[in-house]
This record gives sequence, C-alpha cells and structure tokens, in this order.
Amino acid sequence: MKHDLVLRVIGKLLIPYILLFALYVQFHGDFGPGGGFQAGVIFAAGIVFYALIFGLENARQVLPDWLVETMLSSGVLIYAGVGLAGLFLGGNYLDYFVLDPNPVHGQHRGIFWVEAGVAITVCGVMLKIFYMFASRGRSE
Amino acid sequence: MLDHFGYVVTVFLMVAGLFIVIARGNLIKKLIGLSIFQTSVYLLYIVPGKLIGGTAPIISPQFSVYSNPLPHVLILTAIVVGVATLALGLALAVRIREAYDSIEEDEILMRDQTADASEGVNT
Amino acid sequence: MSIAAHLPALQVVLPLISAPLAVLLRRRDLAFWMVTAAAWAAFATAIQLWLQVAAGGTISYHIGSWPPPWGIEYRIDRLTSFVLLLVSGMAAVMLPYARSSIEREIPQESHYLFYAMFGLCLAGLLGITITGDAFNIFVFLEISSLATYVLIALGRDRRALTAAYQYLIMGSIGATFIVIGIGFLYLTTGTLNLADMASRLRGVESSRPVLAALAFLTVGISLKLALFPLHQWLPNAYTYAPSPVTAFLAATATKVSVYVLIRFYFSVFGESLVYERLPLPQIMLGLSLLAMFGASFIAIFQNNLKRLFAYSSVGQIGYITLGLSFDSVNGLTASIVHLFNHGIAKGAIFLLIGGIAVGIATPGAVSPAPTSPKGAGRREAAVPSNAREAATPHTFDRLAGLAQRMPLTCFGIVLGGLSLIGVPGTAGFISKWYLILAALEQGQFWLVGAILLSSLLAVAYVWHFIEVAYFRAPPVGQVARKEAPLAMLIPAWLLIAATIWFGLDTSVTVGTALDAARQLMDKAQ
Repeated sequence: MKHDLVLRVIGKLLIPYILLFALYVQFHGDFGPGGGFQAGVIFAAGIVFYALIFGLENARQVLPDWLVETMLSSGVLIYAGVGLAGLFLGGNYLDYFVLDPNPVHGQHRGIFWVEAGVAITVCGVMLKIFYMFASRGRSE
Repeated sequence: MLDHFGYVVTVFLMVAGLFIVIARGNLIKKLIGLSIFQTSVYLLYIVPGKLIGGTAPIISPQFSVYSNPLPHVLILTAIVVGVATLALGLALAVRIREAYDSIEEDEILMRDQTADASEGVNT
Repeated sequence: MSIAAHLPALQVVLPLISAPLAVLLRRRDLAFWMVTAAAWAAFATAIQLWLQVAAGGTISYHIGSWPPPWGIEYRIDRLTSFVLLLVSGMAAVMLPYARSSIEREIPQESHYLFYAMFGLCLAGLLGITITGDAFNIFVFLEISSLATYVLIALGRDRRALTAAYQYLIMGSIGATFIVIGIGFLYLTTGTLNLADMASRLRGVESSRPVLAALAFLTVGISLKLALFPLHQWLPNAYTYAPSPVTAFLAATATKVSVYVLIRFYFSVFGESLVYERLPLPQIMLGLSLLAMFGASFIAIFQNNLKRLFAYSSVGQIGYITLGLSFDSVNGLTASIVHLFNHGIAKGAIFLLIGGIAVGIATPGAVSPAPTSPKGAGRREAAVPSNAREAATPHTFDRLAGLAQRMPLTCFGIVLGGLSLIGVPGTAGFISKWYLILAALEQGQFWLVGAILLSSLLAVAYVWHFIEVAYFRAPPVGQVARKEAPLAMLIPAWLLIAATIWFGLDTSVTVGTALDAARQLMDKAQ
C-alpha cells in the first residue's frame, strides 16, 4: 500500500490526531470514560496504521523492537513501583492515600501513574503482538 | 422473554461458543469459538450492572441514578485476559502450522500417530 | 515501614516484579538471578508467614488500605500458608535446576523469556492462593495459566505445541466456567470478598443461581485440577514440556487448583450445602475411584517414562479428591497432606527424569536446536532427526539398564516411586494413612480395600520402571557411567530427602494440615 497516494496523504493527516486522541483519552480518564488501557490501544493502533501504509520496516524504525520490549516491561514496573511507593510512605501496598499529604491528591497522583504504566504496557504489548504476527514468515 | 433479553443473548452466545470449540476441528475456528464463549461472560456481568437511565458513576448534581461501575471494571480485566488468550492461541496456531503444515486437528493427530508408530510410543 | 506487616503483598509482588525485570535485563544470567532471588525471597516470606499464622492466627492484608468488602483482601489462614510454602519452596528448589536443564532444551536467546514466564507463573500461583477476593482468583489463575501455556510450548518436540494448544483450549474453558460461577455468586450476593460472600450466602444457599454457581465452579476447577474424566490435557502437557516445567507444574499447578476447590467448598458454600443437600460427595467419590484405578491402570501400559508418571499424577489427584469426599477432619487432613506430599514426590521424580535426558543424550542431540537469525522461533519441521531423538529420550527401550549408568538418578526415582505407592517411611504413607483413617471412621471398609488395591497398581507402574532400569541389559557400547550434572541432581535429591523426612517427621505437614482442616470445618459449619 506504500504507493497509494490517497492512503499516504490521509494517513499522514490522521496519524498525529490518532496519537493525540490517545493522549486525550489517557489524561481525561480521571473525569470521563477513558484510561490507560484504551489510550494504549489507540496509540498502538496509530502505529499499526502507520505500519500498514508505510511498511513494517519503517514502523520498526520509529518504534524499534527493543523499545517495544522495554515499554511492555517498564509499564508493569511503573504500576508495581506505585504500589511499592505506597509501602515506603507508610501505607499498604498500592495505597494511594499516602502519596500526598492531601489524601484526595494522593489518589489522583496514584491513579495517574498507574494509568501511565497501564498505557505504556498495553501499547507495548499490542505493538509486540503486531510485530510478531506481521513479521512471521516474511524475513525467514 | 423480552424481560430477559440480555440473558437470552448471553446463554445463546455461551452455548454457541462452546459448541464451536467442541465441534470444529480447525484450530483457528476453535479459538473463535472460545472468544465467543468468553464474550458471553462479559454480557453476563455487564447486563445486570447497567441501570436503564443510569449514567456513568461520576458524581454530579445533575444525576441521581448511576450504573454499577464494578462489573465494567471486572470485565475490562476479563477482556484483557481474553485478548491475551486469543493472541497466545493464535501464536500457537501459527507455530503449529509451521511445524505440521496444517491447522486441522485430525490431520495433526494423524501425523503424530504415524510419528508415534515409528517410535513405538503408546498413546 | 516495617517489612513484617507487608509480607502478604511482597509474597506476590516480588515474583511479579522479577518477571518484567528479567525481560528488561535480557541477559540470561541476570534474568536467572533476578527470578531466582525473587523465588528465594518468596520462599523466605512464605516461611515467615507460616510461622506468623501458626502463632498469631489468620492474617488479613488490605491492598490499597481499602477495608475488605470494598477493597481486595489478602487473607492467610493455616491452609493458605501451607500451600504458599509448597509453591514457593518448589520454585526455589527448581529454578537452580532449570538453569542447567534448559541449556539443553531451550535456545539460548529465549532463556530470559523462560525465566520471565516462570516468574509470572509463580506470581500467579501464589496470588491465587493468597487472595481473598473471588475475581482476583480468576485474574491470577489466568496469569499463571497463560505463563504455563507458553512454558509448555517451549518444549523441543513439536507435539509440545499441540499439547500447549490443547491445554490452552481446555484451560480457558475451565477458567471461563470459573468466572461464570463467580459471576453468579457476585450477582446473588453483590460482593466479591470470599468471607463476605460466605456470610451473605447463609439462608439463600439453595437458590438456583447459587447452585448454578456451585456447578460451574466445580466443573471449571475440576478441569484445572485434572479430575479424572477432565484430565485429557495433562498427559501430553507433562510429557512434552521442558523438564523443569513439568516438575513445577506437577508439583504446584494442580495442587493450587485443589486449594481453590477446597476454598470455595468450605469457606464460601459451606459444607452443609456441598455435602448434605447435594449428591456431590458421592459423585466425587466415584470420580476419585475412577482416577485411582483408571489412570493408574493406564499408567502401567505407558511406554514413555514421563507419560507414565503423568498418568500417575492423574491417579494421585484421585486420592486428594477422595479425601475431600469424606467431609471429615481426617479426610480433609489427608487431602491437604497428600497435596503437599505428592507435590514434593512428583516434583522430585520429574526433576530426576529430566536428568535422564541429559545422561543418555547422544552428542548430536545436545546441541541447541537450530534457530532463525532473528530468534523469532524455531522450525521444528526443519530439524527432523536430532530434535526428535532428543525429545523422546524417555521411551523405555532407551532406558534399558539405566541403573548401571545413572545409579543415583534411578535410585531417586525408585524412592519417589515408593512414596507414590505409600510405603511406610515415605511421605506418601502418611497421606494414605489418614485416608484410611477417614474411611474407617465412616465405616466404609471396602474403601480401605480399594485404597490398598490401587496402591498395588502404583507398585505395578513403578515396577515397570525398576524392571527396565535395573534388570534389562543395557544396549551395547553405552556402559559409561554418566550422571546428570550436580546442579540438577542436588535439587532433585533435596526433594527426595524431603519425601523421606516428611514420612518420618510429620509435625510440620500433618500438624499444619490438621489445624487447617479443623479451621475449615469449624468455619464451614
């Protein structure tokens, strides 16, 4: 599909907005429907869209394999890290109340980082699955 | 019947999915059946959690009726699990196709049996 | 912060964190040490928790400081601490073994993924055990199951793939049944906390959704624990998985499922519903007997050592469920003790069997399977002769006269086999003793005969191995003595020593199991 002009132009126009929408879904998750899981999938979908139009190799240059693998593990670590931070600040595991002197702010802060971790992991996993299936039987 | 519309759909999906898993020999079709089976569970949880006229459970003075958010959260988790299972199942199907050159269960079984027979393995 | 108060969380979190760290580190040595350190820490935690529970009673830990019916509660009573001890102990012993074992079984560039999956599987199993939240059980169950499917698929034979696929289908159906059951309970009670659920169920136990929940949960969990007619996934999965994986699964995965069954029967539904109003004990008794006789009988005629002991596992699970069907403290004690004892013995046997593959491997088969340059996967179809040779070192014709070449390994398997039979002085004897006590207590003398008779079947299949390994002449030109490397022998013999130890000193096993059974039966009434 690399040589289809319509797709290329529309892709170039849309992809930034898809990525932006992912960020909106991510950060608006506190006040409306949304959150890390959906945001991660939308972000990954943007990259997959890019890979479909401009080819897998180009997508792999934008987000190389090592980065994807790092994303999918570091997201889990961020999540677990928030839990451990709760421990170190004197609460139980995953205790958000102690993350800030004001418990409500603490909840905000906790869920922000947890959702960030979720988004990074989900995005990484989606891309990893896509890369694995898409490259199968091609380079070998 | 109409009162329980949600449950009827749930049961139909559940049975249809399970039937596909059992009756089809194609590995991909089995996975599709498994997904349908799992989807029925999403409905099982979500249908009773939704109140007609209820809104998302974000407290606001304009609304007084809210849907129960917990089933949705649970099912979001179940969906993630379902996606992971499907991805892993498909990955295995790809590997099986590479190793056996087939994704039909009976052909794979036949190839294993001929291999077993040559090794003298009892199955 | 004091660590002691947060041990329940750390019990699960440490192995859980070790998995992504292993992926991040990528170097297989670092990944190995990461996951092994986590497993050892988990074992230490489990011991500490076991002591705490023994001294101070049930521990309740509130994740995120949300109080129980709303938040997720980790709840550790006697039974929980005992199962935690088994699972984390097995992981701690088997990881050092796995390191030298997977050198020969798994291509080097995916070693770090093996360790990550092992860590996830461990975290999932510990999570199932420790959590007091119904939906949490499902989530952890899927974490451990998905990791298990991957681990099985890493086996060298291409049949490992079909075995993993089959397990994935049956395991997912089982897990979905479990979620449906939990869903019915949630719809009826409006809570997911097991203790809260139990108290809200009083009075509505016989309503149809609750009965449906019980049915779905029983079938779903039975699939996972490989109760006799639902065991089809088990023999292939155990036979073709890499040996440390087989050992770990045999020692822990089905046992944790038994734990979940006990938990739901006794702590949620209550024994009056399960045992008095429904014909469940009779059904379970019948299926257990079928497993004890049917599976053990099939085991006798197996021509592959791993498959023989896989069928023996199905048979031994029959003893565990038999204990459950009695509805008495002694029966429950027998189940819990056998869950532990059989876990150790079978783990040890599968570890030793893994060593055999190394001992009799031909030089060509030791080299790692050819891999694609990108490491995207192996092509089983492309490596016909060597890989298949290496994948089936456990057929009996290749084991003839093995005792001359690997005396320590063979002797270990025989000792483990004695425990499976239930010879006095081994751990297996203790569990059978309590089973027989429970049968006598209920006046079912024919059951005593049945237990003894099925032990004879165990004698037959263990004898099959002894006959081949000790009394058949070794193939010509293969008499050089060659044991498995020490890194593999030591963990296996540790477990063998444990089966003997727990057969002689029962204060830990029976003591804990009796306490746990009493605690469960008290609560259930």
